Amino acid sequence: MTTTAAPLKNSAAEAEKSYGPLTEALLRLRKNKIAVAGIIIISLFLVMALFSQWIAPHDPLAQSLYDKLKPPVWDEGGSWSYPLGTDDFGRDLLSRIIYGSRISMLVGIVAVSISLFFGTLAGAVAGFYGGKIDNIIMRLMDILLAFPSILLAIVIVAFLGPSLRNAMIAIGVVSIPRYARIVRGSVLEEYAKDYVQAARALGAGDVRLIFIHILPNCLAPLIVQTTLGFASAILEAAALSFLGLGAQPPTPEWGAMLANGRALILRAWWAVTFPGLMILLAVLGFNLLGDGLRDALDPRLRE
Amino acid sequence: MSKFILHRFLSLIPTLLGISILVFFMIHMIPGDPAEMMLGERASEQSLKELREDLGLDKPLYVQYGLFMARLFRGDLGRAYKTNEKITTEIAERFPATIELSIAAIIIATIFGMAAGIISATKQYSIFDYTSMVFSLIGVSMPIFWLGLVLMIIFSLNLGWLPLSGRLSYHINLETVTRIYLLDSILSQNWPAFKDALWHLIMPAFTLSTIPMAIIARITRSSMLEVLRQDYIRTAKAKGLGPVVVYLKHGLKNALIPVITVIGLQFGILMGGAILTETIFAWPGIGKWILDAVYARDFNAVQGGTMLVATTFVLINMLVDILYAWVNPRIKVS
Repeated sequence: MTTTAAPLKNSAAEAEKSYGPLTEALLRLRKNKIAVAGIIIISLFLVMALFSQWIAPHDPLAQSLYDKLKPPVWDEGGSWSYPLGTDDFGRDLLSRIIYGSRISMLVGIVAVSISLFFGTLAGAVAGFYGGKIDNIIMRLMDILLAFPSILLAIVIVAFLGPSLRNAMIAIGVVSIPRYARIVRGSVLEEYAKDYVQAARALGAGDVRLIFIHILPNCLAPLIVQTTLGFASAILEAAALSFLGLGAQPPTPEWGAMLANGRALILRAWWAVTFPGLMILLAVLGFNLLGDGLRDALDPRLRE
Repeated sequence: MSKFILHRFLSLIPTLLGISILVFFMIHMIPGDPAEMMLGERASEQSLKELREDLGLDKPLYVQYGLFMARLFRGDLGRAYKTNEKITTEIAERFPATIELSIAAIIIATIFGMAAGIISATKQYSIFDYTSMVFSLIGVSMPIFWLGLVLMIIFSLNLGWLPLSGRLSYHINLETVTRIYLLDSILSQNWPAFKDALWHLIMPAFTLSTIPMAIIARITRSSMLEVLRQDYIRTAKAKGLGPVVVYLKHGLKNALIPVITVIGLQFGILMGGAILTETIFAWPGIGKWILDAVYARDFNAVQGGTMLVATTFVLINMLVDILYAWVNPRIKVS
């Protein structure tokens, strides 16, 4: 990074129209069709997650032995009481998918919080103090990066024991280096700037310098990474649950549902198709928004 | 250049050491007694004690790590509990399957990804460009374990075009030398086996190639767009050169550097990502083997397999770095 984009606000004409960086970014975001598509998809999932008990037609765990393996409504033998069909326990697929969004959003929030918190902390400390501390922390991050992330997550869960909680921890830990690298880079860049030195001269302590002065100026790449992080967390959690290492049955989690559907692959294509489609859509939503945010927040990266 | 390679080689040492420490400590992350976790709650006190001694769990930590490293240097990863076979032997048997799958996947991803990226860049904002970009956005978000199942439903169960899973049909005999079946069947000129192995390979390889293909398409497109904006491209066009020469010789050649890097990195990731694909298609590779060890609570095997995959991953990344420095001499040792 050589020059930092000089604010255009200096010119008088621009000053009138300028809204502040946040509003400007939001305006740019609104024009970005990809980002808007992402926001719409994510909103749908959020609504599904928040209002599951009112939207879902059935209890996601309720079994009905008379209604096993019912096909979706448009297929022969399907009915409106089970719009997407049922699984081998006669559980309503639609309701399970709706409740599943709850778990996926939760996984995203918890896993991303873990990696965001520890990654930011590690990156900020490394970048701010430099020298030996920097070396040690970043070496540690390199080691975590030396494993393909899904493998590391699998292995961590294998040793901690399979459960949704441990899967969230594993996924969070695996992504820490991504955040640490971003924050360290930004901190290094910002630290050299005059305003930081000015604040220090005014007597600001290290903690204040890092959290009040420096970090707010590193937010853009961090927000982008956080959004993309939701996408990979949801995908990885679904993969772990699919392998039986995350959410355990009968939890209505998409990956776990897919694992159950796999056994029914010859008899019930719907039990495989719909949970996977949900994973794809949710991941896509966050990836779209992340891409859009990157364009909107960081004009330097725009084409 | 040789200085760079040497430097890059030396930087491997702390990373590999770190990996070994992390892998070593994994067994201590197990809540409670690892021996009991492996043998189950009903195991006798005697067998528990034996296993603890066998794993070296009764010794102080630093001694344990020393023993672990000493064994590692001798190329001894211990034995798999289920089969009592040497872990190195088991891995050596399965690694070629993963290599075959990963190479096939990266070839598919490179061919289709680069082609899509080049056409998109030369016809920016065309219908093809939009379609291929939408597909690549979907591609990077793809849960490949689901895609694999859907492909199975379509191409094996409904259409019956491709075999459902495995590497080779039961009735096919193939003498294995390299254990890379396509290579083996060519070497022994066993064409029915070649066709059978290829048919088995198509679906898993395509499934595994989805994400890298999408990433390669995106990076090729953006890298090409950047190059095509340069003055020398305009000059080349003005000279009257045909589009093929302009786009491929003058354009692609200069756009290749980031593409090559991404292909290399993705290949490394594939070796790890193959776990899911191998599991779905019952592909007897290293990923499925590690997962089976996880299910069997054979922690020794998990450690060995993880160590190997991580080392391979690090080595591939190093080769990518060196390749990168080679195609781009501006890079210096940092």
